[in-house]
Parts: sequence; structure tokens; C-alpha cells
Amino acid sequence: MCGIAGVINKKKTVNVGEQMGLMLQGLKHRGPDSTGYAMYGTPLKKGFVMRFKISENEAEKVNATVDSPADLKNRKNAVDSILKKHGAKVTKESSSTPYAFRYIFDFKGDLTDLATEIETVEKTEILSIGKGLELIKDLGDANTVSNQYGLDKFMGTHGIGHTRMATESDVDIKSAHPYWAFPFEDVSVVHNGQLTNYWGNRRVLERKGYRFNSNCDSEIIAVYIADKMANGIELEKAMHDSLDELDGVFTYVVATKDQLGMAKDHMAAKPMVIYESKDIVACASEEVAIRNIFPHEIKTYDPYEAEVKVWQA
Amino acid sequence: MAGITKRTTAFDDENLSGRSQKLYFEVTEEENYTYYGNHEVDFNKRTSIDCEGIDAHVLNQKIRDAIRKGYGSIVIKNPGAKHSLGVGILNKLNLIFEGSLGYFGIGCIDGPTVRVNGRVGWSCAENMMSGKVVVENNAGSCFGAALRGGDLIVKGDAGARTGIDMKGGTILIGGNAGAYTGFMMQRGRIIVCGDVNANMGDSMYDGIIFVGGEPHSLGTDCVPGEMNEHEVRWLEQKIKNAEIDCKVPASKFKKYVAGRMLWNYDNLEPAEKKGILG
Repeated sequence: MCGIAGVINKKKTVNVGEQMGLMLQGLKHRGPDSTGYAMYGTPLKKGFVMRFKISENEAEKVNATVDSPADLKNRKNAVDSILKKHGAKVTKESSSTPYAFRYIFDFKGDLTDLATEIETVEKTEILSIGKGLELIKDLGDANTVSNQYGLDKFMGTHGIGHTRMATESDVDIKSAHPYWAFPFEDVSVVHNGQLTNYWGNRRVLERKGYRFNSNCDSEIIAVYIADKMANGIELEKAMHDSLDELDGVFTYVVATKDQLGMAKDHMAAKPMVIYESKDIVACASEEVAIRNIFPHEIKTYDPYEAEVKVWQA
Repeated sequence: MAGITKRTTAFDDENLSGRSQKLYFEVTEEENYTYYGNHEVDFNKRTSIDCEGIDAHVLNQKIRDAIRKGYGSIVIKNPGAKHSLGVGILNKLNLIFEGSLGYFGIGCIDGPTVRVNGRVGWSCAENMMSGKVVVENNAGSCFGAALRGGDLIVKGDAGARTGIDMKGGTILIGGNAGAYTGFMMQRGRIIVCGDVNANMGDSMYDGIIFVGGEPHSLGTDCVPGEMNEHEVRWLEQKIKNAEIDCKVPASKFKKYVAGRMLWNYDNLEPAEKKGILG
């Protein structure tokens, strides 16, 4: 019983960090283990923004790792040297915890090669790379993560988020949602449900060369969508295909640099409530989350089974 | 129509089919109609409760306290789509929610007349025994799950598995209904003025589904039935009473009932069971 949420503001930049924080805090009861945000800021004209982690958080609010500071330093240096080797020039770097970093870098080479090599560094995982996408996830509820990473002032157009109740894999950052669709810039996914043909699909995708960092069934949706988009299939078509090819009960939300989409399985077994207006679309597992950003009465609806919706920023 | 011609009590017009049993209460047996702790309320005595900043169990307790004081009309302000509001009211009462409810709203009620000026989330009026509920906007999935009696009305659309496992009463939907509507229903009636999505009436044992639009597909054990005049009149009246603007005249509604392929399931040979399960 995880909680998922997404919000997209049409043609304007707002404090999407605050919007997502409020919605996810409203879904805390659906998943207390970890919270993740994937938010889309103003796209960079030049270069990429990358979020990555080099270790795991030990426990909620501890903000520390089992690895020694020397190990962390070595791993960070290894990432820096790989970036340098590929000709990427880091223009800005910051970190909110000893194990999570945000880099802005100029790069003209092959993103897949770069990302793949960075992830060869021990315990290192790229959470996201994109022009606008920044993906942040950690243990604890929405407010804990938001305060830890200073997300309450994140300006952008849209975002998706997830509060996780771990059922099929561990309570750690790598199994937390959202998932970035490696190696495609600016594509991310959150999911509520269970996929029953996970291993079959994973083997097929691994044979195509995709990497999986966790054993979480939700990761496959991100990779699946990425694979479809790599073959030139539109997001909406890829999502329709997923309803037949992914088996199980699920509702998921996917975001790209300027789109937000949701899909619900044939059984309609997982909840989703949508509010649409001229300026904004908000969707969440429960209306109570949407009401955190709209205190007044609003008209909402449930999408039906096998329904796919895509909205433009 | 044996149930109509043999009419002897107010409860006798329930035209049941199949193996459903008709059980009648004697009106003189007062214990069948009253509960221990049931309170006399005055519908002209009104009060309102603000739900802002309080939890569901606090609100539900406040409603019960108000009933105890004899208030017959209670308005709930700012429900804010919270879960489990108005649950377990076993009293006659006029209850009005000035906004939307979250999940499991007004579950396990017996007697009240409820109006929701908003939307309801999953499993609204689950296990309702009697009374009337009117939802002005849309309803989420499992609307009226395991409904036992009373009238449950939504003026907008309802989600998937509406009336799952229902055992009596009437569900009336002004708009469309989702997949698996009437899933495993055992008694009662569902009226959908609009269309119904896939697998309508899957594994239904008994009961009737009336559809004004088109069902996308029928589930196992759901078959078309034949409307009779009494049902047309009943439909007309129900839709009129619910103040629903239904574009389809009652005579054009389609009726669906249980095919009862699973009815004698226990008496089947193993090979036959396998055939049914496919």
C-alpha cells in the first residue's frame, strides 16, 4: 500500500517542492518507510544536473552511513575522475548529506557510457540525470526528506513523488521510489502495486543491456518505458502497451521533461484520484493528499481500469 | 410475479428469485425494529460540527453525542476528504456532509439519511444496513461493497467493483460505472443510467443489474434477462425519486441477471468444475 502523487502546473513555474511535500505528507499513512521526489525545475540551457548517492542511509533521521568518511571520499573522488575522463566539466556541486550529491556539469559525449561507468564505483547509484529532473529519495516521511534536502523552495513546473511501504524488497534508498529511467534524461516513474511477471521482463530487458540497481518490481516500469521511448515510441503509446505487457495490479505515474502521465491496470485494483483544472493537474492515491494543496472543495474523479492519461506542462 | 400477487406485508414486494429465502418479521415484534441504545431524535433540531483539525474517530463520537442529545439534523463542515467519517451510525438521522469524503465513508450505517455534497472515495457505505445515501459528485471504487439494504445513490460516476458482494438494497448510479460492477453480488439491485465497463456482474449469484447504456462486456455468470412492467415502473420511480436526469427512458433499460452456472457448483463432477474455471 504505497502512496503516489503527481502535480503539473501548466505553462508556469511555481514552488513545486512545496506542493509535492504537502501532498506526500498527506499520504504518509500509506507508506512510512521512505519518501522520494522527482521534480522538474527550469531546464538548463547548457549541461546536465545529476543527483547521485555513494552509500546508503543507515536509518531514518540518522543521516549517516556504515561506511567510513575515507571510503566516501574515495568514492566521490572516483566519480569526479570518471567525469573528468569523459570530458564532463563540473560547474557546480552541493550535498545535503554525506552520501548524496548534486552536480551540474557540461557534457557533450555519450550519457549512457558516462552513467554506466560512474555506477561501477562501489555502492554508487545515479538517482537522476537530466536538464530539469532532480530526483531525491531517502528514508523517512515527506517532511523529513524535504527538510534534509531543502526541497520546500524548489521552483519548477511538475513533479511526482512516492511514500513507500516496503513489501517486496528492503527498506533502503536504492529500493525507494521514484526511479529514473536509466539512461534517459528527464524520465522518472513512481508506482503503487505489485508486478507478477517482474523476473521474466527483467531478464528480457537485461539481455538488451539495461541495468537494474534494486530488486524492486517498480524499477522495471521505468526501464520498460525507457526502452520503448528509445525505440521511438511516444510516451502515451508506451504506457498503453505496458497495460498488456506488465502483469499484476498497479497504478503508476510517469514524468518526462514536459509531460506527466498516469496509467491504471485492467483490474483497477490500486487507487488514483485526479483533479484537473485549467492551470493545474494533481493526481494522488487519495483525495486527502490533493486537498492538502487545495483546502477548498474541488471536483475530483477516479480514472477507470486500463486508463492512460498524459498532460502537458 | 408471485411476490406481488401474494402481497401481504410491506416487505412482501421484494421479488426474490433463486434460492434466496423470504423471511418476514411480525410488525408486533418490536425488538425486531429497535436497538438497545437507539435514540429518539427531532429532525427539526439542527446542529453543525466542524471537521477542520479533528480526526475521524473524534468526529464520529461527536455525531453520536449529538444524537444522544436528540439532534435529528447534523451538518458536517469541512470534511476535507478524510477517511472513515460518519461510520457506524445506527440511528435515524439527517446527516449532511458539506464536502468530500475519503475512504470508507459512512460505512456500517443503519438508518440515517445522508447527503454528501462532494465526492466519496473507496468503499463508501460499505455494509450499509438501511437508510439512504445521496452522493452529489462521483464515487470511487467498491461503492456500496457488501451492501445489505437501503438506497445508495451517486449522481456522477462510480468506480470499479461497485456493489461487490452486495447482499441486498439498491445502488443507483447517475453516470457510468467501472469494471466488475456487481462482482459476486448475491442479492439486491444495481441501476446504472450510463455505461458499465468490462466484466459486469462477474460471478454473480443472484440479484439484478439494470443498465441504461451499454455494458462493455459481461462477466462469467451474468446473462441478459427480460424486463417486466413492474420493473419498468419501479425503475421510473427510483430514478425520479433520486432526482437523476436520466436520458434513457426506464423502458429502454437492459436487465441482467445471474446465469447460475456456478449455482450447483458443489454438485458438479471435478471435470465439470474444471470446465467452469477454464
